[in-house]
Amino acid sequence: MPHFFTEEHEAFRKSVRNWVEKELAPHALEWDRAGIFPREIFKQAGELGFLGIHHDPAYGGSGLDYWYVTAFCEELVRSRNAGVNMALLVQSQMATPIINDIGTDEQKREFLAPALAGEKIAALGVSEPGAGSDVAGIKTTAKRVGDDYVINGSKMWITNGTRADFITLAVRTGSEGFGGVSLLTFPTDVKGFGVSKKLDKVGNLSSDTAILYFEDCKVPVRYLLGEENEGFYHVMVNFQGERLVAALLATATMDLMLQDALQYGNERQAFGKPLNKFQVWRHKFVEHLTSLEAAKRLAYHAVELFDGKENPVKEISMAKLFAGDLAQRVAYDCQQFYGGMGYIEETHVARAWRDVRLLTIGGGTSEVMKEIISKLVGL
Amino acid sequence: MLFPMKILVTAKRVEDPESKIKVKPDGTGIVPEGLKYKINPFDEIAVEEALRLVAKHKGETVVVSIGGKEVHEQLRHAMAMGVDRAVWVNHTGPLDQMAIAGLLKKVCEKEKPDMAILGKQSIDDDQNQVGQYMAEWLGWGQATFASKHESLDSDAEKSKTPALVVGADGKTVKVVREVDGGLGTVECTLPAVVTTDLRLNQPRYAPLPGIMKAKSKPIEELTPAGLGVDVAPKLTVLKMSAPAPRKAGIKVPDVATLMQKLKTEAKVI
Ligand SMILES: Cc1cc2nc3c(=O)[nH]c(=O)nc-3n(C[C@H](O)[C@H](O)[C@H](O)COP(=O)(O)OP(=O)(O)OC[C@H]3O[C@@H](n4cnc5c(N)ncnc54)[C@H](O)[C@@H]3O)c2cc1C
Repeated sequence: MPHFFTEEHEAFRKSVRNWVEKELAPHALEWDRAGIFPREIFKQAGELGFLGIHHDPAYGGSGLDYWYVTAFCEELVRSRNAGVNMALLVQSQMATPIINDIGTDEQKREFLAPALAGEKIAALGVSEPGAGSDVAGIKTTAKRVGDDYVINGSKMWITNGTRADFITLAVRTGSEGFGGVSLLTFPTDVKGFGVSKKLDKVGNLSSDTAILYFEDCKVPVRYLLGEENEGFYHVMVNFQGERLVAALLATATMDLMLQDALQYGNERQAFGKPLNKFQVWRHKFVEHLTSLEAAKRLAYHAVELFDGKENPVKEISMAKLFAGDLAQRVAYDCQQFYGGMGYIEETHVARAWRDVRLLTIGGGTSEVMKEIISKLVGL
Repeated sequence: MLFPMKILVTAKRVEDPESKIKVKPDGTGIVPEGLKYKINPFDEIAVEEALRLVAKHKGETVVVSIGGKEVHEQLRHAMAMGVDRAVWVNHTGPLDQMAIAGLLKKVCEKEKPDMAILGKQSIDDDQNQVGQYMAEWLGWGQATFASKHESLDSDAEKSKTPALVVGADGKTVKVVREVDGGLGTVECTLPAVVTTDLRLNQPRYAPLPGIMKAKSKPIEELTPAGLGVDVAPKLTVLKMSAPAPRKAGIKVPDVATLMQKLKTEAKVI
């Protein structure tokens, strides 16, 4: 047990695993086929305190360190359903931390507390049809009219999008570029808001990803998060938590895929011996296990810095880049190792192979990570 | 009016059946390396039932475990689920069911609960004896294999209604129990010992705030000597061995052959 996981972290880990294995894993395939999972899961996770691990206790969080989040991610992957994992982590690590950090008491009571309790579903609305990597290029506008903002535009690829009760929404309140971006809490029962389409995806099938539209949607000015036109900075800060979680999910998923494969290779025979006895595979797995250990240590290093309240942009970007890319190769080889069974939906690695594809795209692509790191190392 | 209840529950530390359990080659025990441990699942059901009763009646829950310092993990788990405090009987070395029942009897005499709820057995030795010995030696009523009519998918279960029904005067408990061929009901005068079967309830998960609270809940340390119990085993384990691996089944062409084989080969009918 590494030093950063205390007895309480381990007790928490066990509790998460118990819940994940009993309430999520048995439904993994069914939920992927349905393209959605029961709303009730948010409620359960909320009641168990899983959605507010590091959030303010005054609003139902537990105010704990990031190693609890790490343990949570590492156990969550045992659901073997990346869609549920993403949905719960968007709720807890992507859409709510901004409100926790800069929201007013009123915003926290109306949005944060019910989201942490799993009563309201939260989404993060940054990307748009014309602006993904280039966050400063968003075009959805919020015009100040009296005591309201009037919002027009659309958002693309929004996780939890078809059933979110509110969206932590990036809008343009000012001039072009990053200096004109603001953040709002946006309740989805506002007139003029709608879901244009639920997107059919390659993987993470049980999670709903949607295109959203906003037509003269009016929300009161008190829903502004932080200062007007300072939203870009908060989006960038928020990305750090999101990317760190992505790195942790990537390492935990690789861990699971490799464990599964090694077990399979003990049992599955070809030419009179277990697959694990073929040197070509043994060596491949040893290489992956070695790279995984490195990926995990890099992610832990980033967690340690992040938890120390530093803003380790370089380390987090590196951790996501490294783990996200590695996951592609590990998934490919594990799937190959399963032969025909690797091409069958029931086999977890078949779904995981599709799901991990997102890890180099979502939350900032590998190329964007490289651009960020380039700047930080002075290239 | 509901009378507050004081309930004592047990939390034995057992090998997690999901870890690979192997018997040592010399048959003196099982291989400890790589083993994981957990609370005995039947005890976890006992904890859940106690918490439901106390949620309804008010009162107090106390959890007991016997073993070395490592059993704190199981005590904390029960407290993370919601149990108020813990009693730890510090002992390392083998214990037989008589010694365990003797220790629990003493703890009951000290704590004076209205009810002691135990798992019907622990999944390591599967003895199914402690609750019975304890009730006999305390002179209390006993209701073993507590279960319920409702299924684990029923609304009663979802609303966490206790299955054990305490009389209006707070002096008796009615227990539905599993018996051969179905369910029966017994009514005991309190205090009583109840042991839990598998379908009594679905234990709750330990919530994160509960885990943090459990950290500061008290664990009282007792010893067999302090309790005045001689724990020298009366029962000695001579040898452990894994059950013989199952032979592959065979297919029989028809019922007549099946009957004949059951009679002459398996000799079960
Ligand atoms: C399943 C899923 C869920 C998502 N959930 C959400 C969500 O909940 N909320 C949200 O706001 N967004 C969400 N997204 C959007 C996601 O963050 C974006 O898709 C991602 O940031 C990439 O943006 P883009 O799709 O516009 O790609 P583009 O920006 O168009 O990039 C296209 C290609 O160009 C490359 N590229 C871009 N810029 C550079 C550069 N400077 N140098 C070199 N190469 C470059 C990229 O790496 C990529 O390969 C989700 C996406 C998916 C697929």
